[in-house]
This record gives sequence, structure tokens and C-alpha cells, in this order.
Amino acid sequence: MKSIRDLLGEHLLFRDFHPDLLELMAGCGHNVHFAAGEQILTEGAPANEFYLIRSGKASVGVTVPNRGTVLIETLGPDEVIGVSWPFPPYRWEFSSTAIDPTSAIAMDAECLRNKCDQEPLLGYQVFKSFARLMRDRLQATRLQLLDLYGNHAG
Amino acid sequence: MTPVLYRVEARHQELADTVTIRIAPIAGQLADPKPGQFEMLLAFGVGEVPISISGLGNGSGELEHTIRSVGAVTKALCTTAVGDVIGVRGPFGVGWDLDRATGHDLLIVAGGLGLAPLRPAMLEALTNRHRFGRLVLLVGARDPGSLMFVRELEQWRGRFDIDVAVTVDAAPPSWRGDVGVVTKLLSRAPVDFGNTTAVVCGPEVMMRFVAAGLADRGVPPGQILLSMERNMRCAIGHCGHCQLGPEFVCKDGPVFPWDRMEKLMLVRER
Ligand SMILES: Cc1cc2nc3c(=O)[nH]c(=O)nc-3n(C[C@H](O)[C@H](O)[C@H](O)COP(=O)(O)OP(=O)(O)OC[C@H]3O[C@@H](n4cnc5c(N)ncnc54)[C@H](O)[C@@H]3O)c2cc1C
Ligand code: FES
Repeated sequence: MKSIRDLLGEHLLFRDFHPDLLELMAGCGHNVHFAAGEQILTEGAPANEFYLIRSGKASVGVTVPNRGTVLIETLGPDEVIGVSWPFPPYRWEFSSTAIDPTSAIAMDAECLRNKCDQEPLLGYQVFKSFARLMRDRLQATRLQLLDLYGNHAG
Repeated sequence: MTPVLYRVEARHQELADTVTIRIAPIAGQLADPKPGQFEMLLAFGVGEVPISISGLGNGSGELEHTIRSVGAVTKALCTTAVGDVIGVRGPFGVGWDLDRATGHDLLIVAGGLGLAPLRPAMLEALTNRHRFGRLVLLVGARDPGSLMFVRELEQWRGRFDIDVAVTVDAAPPSWRGDVGVVTKLLSRAPVDFGNTTAVVCGPEVMMRFVAAGLADRGVPPGQILLSMERNMRCAIGHCGHCQLGPEFVCKDGPVFPWDRMEKLMLVRER
């Protein structure tokens, strides 16, 4: 069986990390499985754990009054569920539910925040990875907003 | 080049604003087109527009075109009934050069109506499946109700020798498929990027992001093929209407490799 350190090293987000940093992070992680339909994150709840998906698929949504949960995106292997954990007030801004049975590495957010504070190189690398991830999500959101495929004829 | 008369043999309403018509020659016949080429369709008394070929007649002379109603001419074409006659010139332009992909993985990326010009490429790839490594189709649409060629997509999805992924920008909670822009599917595409030929069609902005995303992942820019849409008039390289830098989209394109298009795509249409 692969160790958490090995699994972290295989995940797209941390693939280029030095083995020592992977070792340091590994103590914050454990394996989890979600059944289809299981709630993974709840909007407004404390951001205690985020998830690095290994297999399966999860939805991300937000509650809109009178419309219920509106789907924003789906996430699959090599993607990350939860990006609010590095920033105060450490609460989830969106909800997430497993669409298919989903396996992930759960990372203890407080544990990783503390390690990032104590070991600046780890902090730099983790924040750089999350900044890139958030840039990609921002870019995707902007493209979604453009409604590219709509019929815009006047 | 004078238009040849074709009769509408069948029409299928793909979406509220989009129709596929199958046309057959009445007398005389144009050369058989290749996947990725387009024709000038003439609605008598209204005008002529370039429309890609979305289905080939396999030697029968029949052709399919999938048209979205955006203005006078496309509206006239979309409202033709079976038996109506239109004029056709073509085929024009260079098509998808699938020979480039021989021995490679072939990645087909479609956004919205872009699936129409890619459909003949997909069908040809399936006919010659042995020539390619992995065959992957990624489709992006506005929402589940805007998906075209749904029955074919479902058929392709059921095959063991191709991978099909569909994503939509917006979906109701009942949708169990992917949500998000089509660029997001790139990282999950099961291809060897360094050994992949990609054919891409959709709105220009979408093609720009897809091509850049593929180049980032190691697809050689010369192996990323895009189909450009620019306004056209003559379609034979005379009028200059479709000119984009040194290229005439009508005769040098509409399919271009990314290494020739990257800078030119920033040139605004006149
Ligand atoms: C090589 C090539 C292949 C094409 N293939 C297809 C195809 O397979 N199916 C299809 O439906 N269309 C296709 N088009 C686009 C089609 O030619 C145009 O939609 C058409 O020329 C519009 O003519 P119109 O008289 O109906 O509208 P116009 O009166 O000329 O325009 C009406 C409105 O539509 C807008 N418009 C014009 N062209 C486009 C466009 N390309 N995209 C979005 N908005 C536009 C105009 O800005 C205007 O607001 C292709 C274009 C090219 C160059
Ligand atoms: S349409 Fe006339 S030069 Fe291309």
C-alpha cells in the first residue's frame, strides 16, 4: 500500500515538491472515501480539512435563495476540494457533494497551516501551488461568465 | 464559380436556433468535400454565407450542414423546408489534416456549435480507428439542453475504443455530468500530450485558451489545429474580406495550426 507521502507526491498539485517537504506534509494527511451523494463540505462550516481527489467526482455549489443549490463546477482526479482553508476566517465558501464514490487524501488544515508557518519553504511552495490553482479557477470562472456559446447576434 | 442547385432532403432541429439540413444535388454535383472544409450556401434573394460541412454523404453527393440562425441569411437557411432549393458553391478551404495525427493520439475539442465542423473528423477517425493511438473527444456546451448530436455522443460514449467527456458551463442540480469550462477537461484527457494531435473548434476565445492550455501541457504548437471563422465574401482568395495578416482564411484555412495563428488571433475582425 502506498504511503500518504507517496500519494501526495503523485498529486498534480505537489508533484514537483522536494521529498523532504512531502514528508513534512504527510503527517497532516489521511485517506478518506465518500459514498455517492455524501456531503463533503458545507458552506459556512469551519475549514478544518480539505481534500485532494484521487478518484471519483464531486460537485461544488452555492446556496442561492429561492433557487436552492446552484452547481458551479465539478471536480475530479488531481483536483482539490476546498481552497478557503489557508485564509482567515477559515470557513468554507461553497458546499461540496460526492457525485460518484470518491477517494481523496484529507489534509488537516490547521496542521498544514502550522507547518507552513514554521517551515517557510513549505509555506512558500504550498501557497504558490494554491495561488496557481486559484488563478486557474479564476480564469475558468471568467470564461464561464463570458457565456461563450450563447447566441449573441443582435 | 456559380452556385449549383441542391434540394433540402431532410431537416433536423438540433436546438431552438440551430438546424441540420441534408441536401442533395439536383443537377450537376460539386466535388466531394473533406472533413473541415466549408461551402458557401445561397438563400435565393437573401444572400450567401460560409457554412462548414457537418456530415459527408459518403459518395452519394448528399451533404449535411448545421446552421445557427444569427442573421438574415442563416435565418433563411434555418427555415428552409424539405423540397426547398438552395445554391451551393464549394467545397472551400483546407480541412482537418488527420494524416498529421497518424500514429499519434488524436484529441478532438469542441465548444458549442464547433462540434458541427468536427463531426466529419470524428466520423473519419472512427472509420480509420487503427491509424491513431488514443482517441479522445472533449465537448463543452452552454448547458445540458444546448448539446447537439446527442444521440451520436451517447453512441460514441458507449464505445470501448474512444473516450468522450462532456462538460457544461451551467447545469441544474439533476445533471450528473461535468460542470465547468472545457479547458478544465484538458488535464484529465487520457492522452500522451507530447505525442498528440489536437483538432479544436469553437468560439475564438475558447480556442485560444484551449490551444494555450494544450501547448502548456506539451502538445507541439504545429500539432494543434484550429478552425477560424472570419467574415467571407468570395471564398476564393480574391476579395480580401477574410484576410488575417498574411493568411486568407477562405483558402489558406479555415483550419490553421496554432503556431501560425497564435499572434494573428489577436487581430480583430474588420
Ligand atoms: C469558415 C466558416 C465556417 C462556418 N461554419 C458555420 C457553421 O457550420 N454553422 C453556422 O451556423 N455558422 C457557420 N459560420 C458562421 C456563418 O457564416 C455566419 O453566422 C453567417 O455568415 C452569418 O450571416 P447572416 O447573414 O445570417 O448574419 P449577419 O446579418 O451577417 O449577422 C447577424 C449577426 O450575427 C453576427 N455574426 C455574424 N457572423 C457570426 C459568426 N460567425 N458567429 C457569431 N455571430 C456572427 C453578426 O455580428 C451580427 O450581429 C461559419 C463561418 C465561417 C467563416
Ligand atoms: S473571402 Fe474573399 S479573400 Fe477570402
